[in-house]
Amino acid sequence: MKKFSMKKLFSFLFNRKHSNMTISYGIVVLMYLIIEVLIKTNNLSYLLTSLLVPTCCYIIVALALNLVVGFSGDLSLGHAAFMGIGAFVGSAISNYVYSLVPNIALRVIVAILAGSIISGIFGYLISIPVLKLSGDYLAIVTLAFCQIVKSLLNNIYLGFDDSGIHFSFINQNFTLDGGKMLINGPVGSTGNTKFSNFTVAIIMVLFTLFIVFNLINSKYGRAIKASRDNKIAASSIGIDVIKAKTLCFVVSSILAGGAGALYALNYTTLSVAKFDFNLSIMILVYVVLGGLGNIPGTIVATTILVLLPELLRSLSDYRMIAYALVLIMIMLISNNETIKNSFNSLIGIFKRKDQNNA
Amino acid sequence: MKKLFTILIVVMCMFSMTACSSSGNSNNNNNQANDVQAIKIGGSGPTSGDYAEYGNAVKNAAQLAVDEINALGGVQFVLNFQDDQGDPDQAETAFGTLMDWGMQLSLSTTTSGAGIRVSPLYEENKIFAMTPSGSNPLLTLKGDGNNENDYYGNIFQMCFTDPNQGIASADYISMNNLGSSIAIIYENDIDYSVSVYNKFMEQAKNLGLNVVYEGTFVDADTDFSVQLTAAQQAGADLVFLPIYYKHATYILNQANTMNYAPIFFGVDGMDGILGQDGFDSSIAEGVYLLTPFSATSPDSNVQHFVSEYQSKFGSTPNQFAADAYDVVYAMYECVKAGNITADMSAQDICDAMVNQILSLTFTGVTGESKWQANGQVTKVPMAVVIHDGAYTDPQ
Repeated sequence: MKKFSMKKLFSFLFNRKHSNMTISYGIVVLMYLIIEVLIKTNNLSYLLTSLLVPTCCYIIVALALNLVVGFSGDLSLGHAAFMGIGAFVGSAISNYVYSLVPNIALRVIVAILAGSIISGIFGYLISIPVLKLSGDYLAIVTLAFCQIVKSLLNNIYLGFDDSGIHFSFINQNFTLDGGKMLINGPVGSTGNTKFSNFTVAIIMVLFTLFIVFNLINSKYGRAIKASRDNKIAASSIGIDVIKAKTLCFVVSSILAGGAGALYALNYTTLSVAKFDFNLSIMILVYVVLGGLGNIPGTIVATTILVLLPELLRSLSDYRMIAYALVLIMIMLISNNETIKNSFNSLIGIFKRKDQNNA
Repeated sequence: MKKLFTILIVVMCMFSMTACSSSGNSNNNNNQANDVQAIKIGGSGPTSGDYAEYGNAVKNAAQLAVDEINALGGVQFVLNFQDDQGDPDQAETAFGTLMDWGMQLSLSTTTSGAGIRVSPLYEENKIFAMTPSGSNPLLTLKGDGNNENDYYGNIFQMCFTDPNQGIASADYISMNNLGSSIAIIYENDIDYSVSVYNKFMEQAKNLGLNVVYEGTFVDADTDFSVQLTAAQQAGADLVFLPIYYKHATYILNQANTMNYAPIFFGVDGMDGILGQDGFDSSIAEGVYLLTPFSATSPDSNVQHFVSEYQSKFGSTPNQFAADAYDVVYAMYECVKAGNITADMSAQDICDAMVNQILSLTFTGVTGESKWQANGQVTKVPMAVVIHDGAYTDPQ
């Protein structure tokens, strides 16, 4: 039997290859424990309790986008659409199976799986034309995709009653006999029951981290990164660049769809207006400020930026100004050499002490 | 060691943020509720962003009413109005902020989409709410809103519902023979516009109105020349605009530059057009809109409200302001009649308020209102026409 050694475990967790992983999982688990303690002791305000699940959703979708922007090097502005598809599919499925599946946990899993899979199918379809492009063109096409999905969802009328499922486009030309509207045009989906809770959300975040780390540390992940760094060099050594990028894009859309479904299950109403271009940009901001290809950074930046507008409520009218200022400051500070160096030297002091002790 | 240190810093940052937020809340409490005996009224609306005109009107008018009531002595109110930018997610967090503050009565939300989201929360927490301007039936009705008898019970509306506005508009146009050929331009990505449009079409068919053109647009559109040209070519002499004022300003401007001058007829979303920054109000000359409130009405209550509002906020109050002003006064009447005090729990206040409101006949600046058990209001609709930058009686 192998002898268990604290030192070995430590060096495994904190070596160059695994450190990002350890930090990411560590942050999520620690935050979960802290928040659970706060909830159990009734110390968490109503406001923050209501923000827990949305924050997790945005973390997942930001991680998904970071796969595309950070690791595959393609600028996608369509992730709000994937989230929207996942949200509407998830909410429609959970409403449809409401009476069929009595178990809440099973219903949540079915809804999230359905949202992820449908979103993944759309991700694959859109990746065929999109990944033939690069740079600005790719961004424009994904942006167009986002608008198309929004317009389509705005005009879908879908409902079910005892006589089956009814569907119409642009105008609602059916009436329901009892039953329920699943998607009601621009009104979206209303009168839903909340299923998501913080534990489910954290499990989803951990699962996403698991997928992301396994992908980027695998053979395919190295192919994706090689394609990003130099397309020609990568294809010259036999990497199928398009295949690598497609894989990354589809995984990303699946995760974004799952986040959307989780988001939908956390609210009683759902409207298409949310999943517009602005949301895509917001997610991109989370990714850019967290750092391209930086997983723990994305988690931290998303958490801070989702919570910030709410924590600034005491400033009332100046809230959004303060929020914008903070965004600009984060960008300046994270790119400022002097601050970076002083931070590094601070870490250096600790490191040297550590070495002296050893 | 370096990694451990990073984790530590990150966790500390996050922890301090949670700590900050809770201390921030308690500061708020001390500032705003310095009078312990005051009943806490919450509410949210878009005080920034695209529909800020609505949210600010509600916020200002509600504050005005609260100040007036407090000056009378007796029942004291304190208002906490949060910004939600008309977004359901932000409305939900605004609701959270208000819950942490200890809200006892509520103006719910200013916009419909946000209101539909928070209605179940008000029911769950048993807090009495009356929305000044959330006009979708789903604010007070559960589920799909198809069943008039499946309602929340503690949420009421001060304004007409969307379907009622569509019907009332068609009735008004038909009764006064405003137009022989009608064009409709509506926004097909918001429920407000679509539901007014649907009911208007239904009623237009019943009344035999001649609809010659139907055009749609989406929120991001700013160019309406296609729709306007089509309406002009179809020979429309009345254009029905069941939309918000933001797009209406573009439409009026562009119709003006292409010398197309039909009668424009709007509903309550058109209200606020005169307060829009940088909009030349002479272009809106002759625009009809359906609203329960006209600032030029000779009624003494209205005149008092308008002059007070003008002296405090420097602009003429619109219908949103009037509705909010009435909501606070209607709450005041109920609080007085039901002997409600600030030390009662929100749940007890809710029960007492619902009892009172159903038997109340309230006369305010938007006319005489009565409420049904399903939360909808009964009052007489009224149309105004814009003349010299002010609403006037069409007759």
